[in-house]
Amino acid sequence: MANLINTQGPVQDTELTTVTLEQWQEEKASFAGQSLELTVSSDQTADLFGEDAANFARISIDFPKFADGRGYSAARLLREKYKYTGELRAVGDVLIDQVFFMKRCGFDTYALREDQIVEDAIAAFSTFTNPYQNDVHDQRPLFRRRLS
Amino acid sequence: MYVYDQYDQQLLNERVAQFKGQMERYLDGKISEEEFLPLRLQNGIYVQRYAPMLRVAVPYGALNSAQVRKLAYVARTYDKGYAHISTRQNVQFNWPELEQCPQILADLAEVQMHAVQTSGNCIRNTTTDEYAGVIAEEIVDPRPYCEIIRQWSTFHPEFAFLPRKFKIAVNAVPGQDRAAITMHDIGINIVKNDAGDIGYRVLVGGGLGRTPILGEEICAFLPEEDLLTYLDAVIRVYNQFGRRDNKYKARIKILVKALGVDRMRELVEEEFNRLKDCEGKLTQAELERVKQHFIDPEYKTLSDNPAELTAAKEENKAFSRWMERNVRQHKKAGYAVVTLTLKQIGTPPGDITAEQLDQVADLADEYSFGELRSTHNQNLVLADVEQTELFGLWQKLKSLGMATPTLGLLTDMICCPGGDFCALANAKSIPVAEAIQARFENLDYLWDLGEIDLNISGCMNACGHHHVGNIGVLGVDKKGEEFYQVSLGGNSGGNDADGSSLGKILGPSFAREAMPDVIAKILDFYVDQRTDGESFLEVYRRVGHTPFKEAVYGKPD
Ligand code: HEM
Ligand code: SF4
Repeated sequence: MANLINTQGPVQDTELTTVTLEQWQEEKASFAGQSLELTVSSDQTADLFGEDAANFARISIDFPKFADGRGYSAARLLREKYKYTGELRAVGDVLIDQVFFMKRCGFDTYALREDQIVEDAIAAFSTFTNPYQNDVHDQRPLFRRRLS
Repeated sequence: MYVYDQYDQQLLNERVAQFKGQMERYLDGKISEEEFLPLRLQNGIYVQRYAPMLRVAVPYGALNSAQVRKLAYVARTYDKGYAHISTRQNVQFNWPELEQCPQILADLAEVQMHAVQTSGNCIRNTTTDEYAGVIAEEIVDPRPYCEIIRQWSTFHPEFAFLPRKFKIAVNAVPGQDRAAITMHDIGINIVKNDAGDIGYRVLVGGGLGRTPILGEEICAFLPEEDLLTYLDAVIRVYNQFGRRDNKYKARIKILVKALGVDRMRELVEEEFNRLKDCEGKLTQAELERVKQHFIDPEYKTLSDNPAELTAAKEENKAFSRWMERNVRQHKKAGYAVVTLTLKQIGTPPGDITAEQLDQVADLADEYSFGELRSTHNQNLVLADVEQTELFGLWQKLKSLGMATPTLGLLTDMICCPGGDFCALANAKSIPVAEAIQARFENLDYLWDLGEIDLNISGCMNACGHHHVGNIGVLGVDKKGEEFYQVSLGGNSGGNDADGSSLGKILGPSFAREAMPDVIAKILDFYVDQRTDGESFLEVYRRVGHTPFKEAVYGKPD
């Protein structure tokens, strides 16, 4: 079992009705009124479901291999283009050395692969103090934050 | 050159700490080999045939003397006493111990150097003209733009796991391509529009490797402040849609070919239109801040061709040869740009010893405001030398073996490490380079031949850029034996903005011993065909491929 964490430490999972993108697209109406989790695979780009994002309490994006970086763009687009405010969860091959990037792209919970050490992952969230780029949490790149 | 402030230094220090931790976890068995791979790659560490290789970034080729001394220290302390200048202006060490790499990176961080993103499937070191800032022809100094791209790409949260590596190059000289931008994933040409505004002509989808392709124009004029948001848009499209099922089809060039550049442009513009007015947009204040780091040093008021220089040239034939070949016009009167060639016979192209590094650092302090550049032809440059000092400098360079007056000539070749070092090689490349250098060492002959790019790669990954050599040599494996395939007519740009071309294969491959003879036949045919002053490439383009082929293989019956 993966260990579910946020930037502070382990968190309890909340039970939601899980739907895949295919199920959602086929029978949207049947899920009315339920609290939903959408699960998407790494080849499903955010533009395929971004307009519907507000229907989901949680969107879980799969990283089938840690080296598959599509989920970073998906998360960022959901937050910045589709203004998604629900929970974004990274699932699959979620490793210590990727969580810092994931956080910056807008994930807020992480289903850490079970062999990963939780304390090391929590520490990794503060790897860099002042990154160069803008991200989901700060719209200003360092060049707008820099005090000269 | 760019000097780190507290933010840059803090980021680098945090990187050093991060990698130290990662290495410890790896050595403790807490990170698997496969998962450690991209972590070490993004810190410059390849594992090659005999030992790991550490590739240190030299952003757009800029070095100061303290950094060069540190490289000498690293070569001496952790390696076998030498370093290697790569074709992307970086510096490589071939023999460090894996366990020592975190300490090497900590040492380098003291002089604001690092190995960040020098390999792996991420945005690599941005390259540019080695003469940036000192030649009159450029529209504007490209280095501040490269530095801005460096900062934007460093630890980019979204683009650390792209389908494949991603390389950006910048040219700022109109009518020329001085950074081989057509061979890059993104090529940026800094231009001025009719209104006099600075902007960029952007190319996308170039690259060598197994499928060599020249980049195509995706944007004819991008305004200056849109640089970073446009790059974000291009790479976001690539990150989502680039192929990940086959690493040989994963570069952006394959995506651009599959979609067509027009469709690619539509996708990019849709994304860009949304991003372009966000806070990620570059500001004039930031451009100004970074440009301040690249303002001219305190040049003296001097004039060109001082009497002592003219006299020295008249008295000394060897000196005047070197002047003509390895010294270039500077934008400032009384100064010159000097290239130090790392192509002596008997050492692999681009290799430099720790002692030479220390001495070169001293020369930089003495003659060139303490700065140096590395070039994509695997040489070094002192960019700001007073003309009155040239004779003295030449004498010192000669004793260091760095004054071979062959810049741009046949023996100034590009060559990858090949089978002597690289596990992917089909064949050795350095011995071929050496055999050719030995065969054609006669300076009069080399001079008479004029400018020729000879590029050698040990396999189709094309680290030696054989596709764009006027003469390209590629190592191939035939039933376990090493053979060499020759191609002709490639060109990486240079003096002609639209002159890039990919070489065409001449015919069946040759054994290593035959290579000097094969090159000799090609050259003899060229000399025979040329009319006054025509270069090798001009003759090839005029007479065509077949006559060259017949000159080497004989006429078919
Ligand atoms: C010995 C260790 C090395 C290994 C294992 C290695 C491996 C590779 C591989 C696999 C590629 C192809 C990537 C692709 O496009 O799909 C490549 C490309 C490249 N390598 Fe190397 N390389 C090594 C050393 C070097 C050195 C020493 C240089 C510089 C002198 C170099 C310069 C390049 C360049 C410029 C390319 C890009 C060609 C392009 O634009 O596609 N490599 N290398
Ligand atoms: S071209 Fe091939 S042999 Fe040469 S360094 Fe690259 S991968 Fe190795």
